[in-house]
Amino acid sequence: MSDQVIAGALAPRPILKRGGLIVAAVFVVLAVAALAGARYGLMLAVGLGFGLALEGLRFGFAGPWRAMILRREPSGLWAQLLAIGIVTVFALPLIANHGGELNGAQAPIGFAMIAGAFVFGVAMQVILGCGSGTLVNAGSGNPVSLVALPFFAIGSFAGAYHLFWWTGLGALPIMNFEGWSGVLITLGLLFSVAMVAWKFATPQTRVLPRRLVIAAVVIAALALANLLISGQPWGVVYGLGLWVAKGPVAAGVDLSGSAFWAAPATAERVTSSLLTDYTSLTDIGIILGAFFVASWRVGGLSAKLPSLPARAWVGTIVAGFLLGYSSRLAFGCNVGAFFSGISTGSLHGWVWFGAAFVGSVYGIKLRPILGLEARS
Amino acid sequence: MTRRFTAGIAVLAVAGLIGWDLKASPPNPYAAPPILAIGSGLSAAGGFCGALPN
Repeated sequence: MSDQVIAGALAPRPILKRGGLIVAAVFVVLAVAALAGARYGLMLAVGLGFGLALEGLRFGFAGPWRAMILRREPSGLWAQLLAIGIVTVFALPLIANHGGELNGAQAPIGFAMIAGAFVFGVAMQVILGCGSGTLVNAGSGNPVSLVALPFFAIGSFAGAYHLFWWTGLGALPIMNFEGWSGVLITLGLLFSVAMVAWKFATPQTRVLPRRLVIAAVVIAALALANLLISGQPWGVVYGLGLWVAKGPVAAGVDLSGSAFWAAPATAERVTSSLLTDYTSLTDIGIILGAFFVASWRVGGLSAKLPSLPARAWVGTIVAGFLLGYSSRLAFGCNVGAFFSGISTGSLHGWVWFGAAFVGSVYGIKLRPILGLEARS
Repeated sequence: MTRRFTAGIAVLAVAGLIGWDLKASPPNPYAAPPILAIGSGLSAAGGFCGALPN
């Protein structure tokens, strides 16, 4: 009997394996609800939904921008704009009518914010993973993202540590689009970007596949659920920095040198359970959701790990750190600033989009130089 | 070596993080807020990457 036949006989049957995955997903949600409270269990369920949708329906951010820049394929970017538009239609009126209970992703435009978004765009193309993408890819076994993720978290902690110094370099007051007029302006801007992408697209790629339409609707629904349950939009990087901050605090390190980490609300969160932090819960859910999808797929985890040169791993570590650091200066990543910023009316989301897209052009050029793909 | 190995590390790391944190900062389900923020009458107070702390 060959090794292959023996391995096949010993492998769990798909139906049992998949049943086990469903039971595991339900179990972790119920466990968090029992340990921390129903709202937190629900937030983990939303995070799992994000992970399942992003990995299962192949909805991303870094990849579609790369496709638009390199091959003039707009479908992934259109799907992002569609999802943002759907959230906008519901989120802006809800925030206007439930001020205080629901907050938008509103942040100031400034020098550090723009530079941070540019650097994030470079770094996310180097490792081909954005804020959500790095979590999804790590959960589905991508070794580059797995190595980048802890440095992403360290960078997020360090960026937050220095945040007030950077914002002191100069920033405008927070500017938002609000209410139904904000909806119309935002939809008009989203449509304009979609049209620019249509103009630059190669003619045969000017289609939006059904899979991406479904993905955009599902992601939008989950983002709205995130807002209604937690009172804040979908975010990623805050939670990662919080995970790292817990280490030094547990070891007795004094963080009072940082105005950010010493702020009473932040200091309280550092000593509170991760299971009561919304972005931590959705981050954890995204990793687990992506893992469940990769495990569910036949052969989803059987791909061999790539052999990369040393400079690729060094580049991955540096890019991972920069993803975290720059996204704190930019008041969010592709999720917190681009997706949630624009969909809740913040002008900084639009500026983030422009700066990060320009950065992506340079990141795409840097990726083969660092040995992360074959040179063309 | 396949992705099964690296995905397993990711899941174990998440489980380890949660386990360590549960021991260091146990949550209190009796102090949990209402299930939905909307309609709760409470101000949103979670940490977010787009917000500066007060």
